[in-house]
Amino acid sequence: MKPLFLALLWLIGGLLFLHRGVAVAAEDVFVNDGLHDPQGPSFHELQRPTEALAGFPPDTVGNKVRWVNALRDGLINPRTNIVPETKIQVLDMDIIFGNTGDNAFVRFPHRAHTEWLDCANCHPDPFKEKFNTSGIKMSAILEGKFCGKCHGAVAFPLTECARCHSIKPDSFRGQLGAQSVKKP
Amino acid sequence: MLNPLRNPDRRLSPAAVFLVGVLLLLLAASPGMAEYADVILNQHAEQEGVRPVIYPHWFHRIRFRCKVCHHELGFKMKAGGNEISMAAILDGKFCGMCHNEEIAWGLEHCHRCHSGLPGLKTGIRGDNKAGGPGEY
Repeated sequence: MKPLFLALLWLIGGLLFLHRGVAVAAEDVFVNDGLHDPQGPSFHELQRPTEALAGFPPDTVGNKVRWVNALRDGLINPRTNIVPETKIQVLDMDIIFGNTGDNAFVRFPHRAHTEWLDCANCHPDPFKEKFNTSGIKMSAILEGKFCGKCHGAVAFPLTECARCHSIKPDSFRGQLGAQSVKKP
Repeated sequence: MLNPLRNPDRRLSPAAVFLVGVLLLLLAASPGMAEYADVILNQHAEQEGVRPVIYPHWFHRIRFRCKVCHHELGFKMKAGGNEISMAAILDGKFCGMCHNEEIAWGLEHCHRCHSGLPGLKTGIRGDNKAGGPGEY
């Protein structure tokens, strides 16, 4: 190749490279997100998730934050109630679901859920309290029912199979259903 | 055959630098995404002449547990599942339970919530990986 042509290629490539560097440095996630109107009078007042979520335990999906860990590690201390009378009921009790086809059994940890949610958010709708009476199916979850009401919308998405399907049937020796309650 | 991306002297060729430059430019030019679980509410907003509402879940869950809004405040776990009016909010219901200058900033900051692009549809947005459940 001719030296002039080579020099030109270097120049253009280098400029494009530099342009990307500048674009990253100046990138505002609210610009061109298909959501926020940059013409909005308060556009520049809004906090950006890039700033707010930066120091939290990282995840690969969702908000890219391990929210349960952020809470337990004390990095956040979100309010539990507005109304003084609201009772806080954290329950440390797992449910093991079998009947999971070829997949691993599901361990549902009440603790991680009740640290955020109220019992009434899940009981009796969509989950009846009595084990194995709600007709939970993966197909329904994928349609946004049961676990899919939150997982895939606001909690970690349904691509993360093994986070719930975490108990190998071959090595599970206990009883399915509610496990013993752990005292704090 | 001679690899066009490599010089015989094993240094990066100009062609390779050029290609990387073009690729990165394409990446930079691609549109961004809503943050996971951002909710858009536009049942009434645009009809009433204001921008659609963007509710950022990530912002609120740093400060509040799910139960505060989804239990105490009565927000259903479905985007657009409540009949929310500005009158109700001004009356201290829904968002107005906190956005009252006591717990959070007051309702005079219309544009902090009414901040969406015209034409947005009510729903939940921004899944980084999956398409999200069919119901939403």
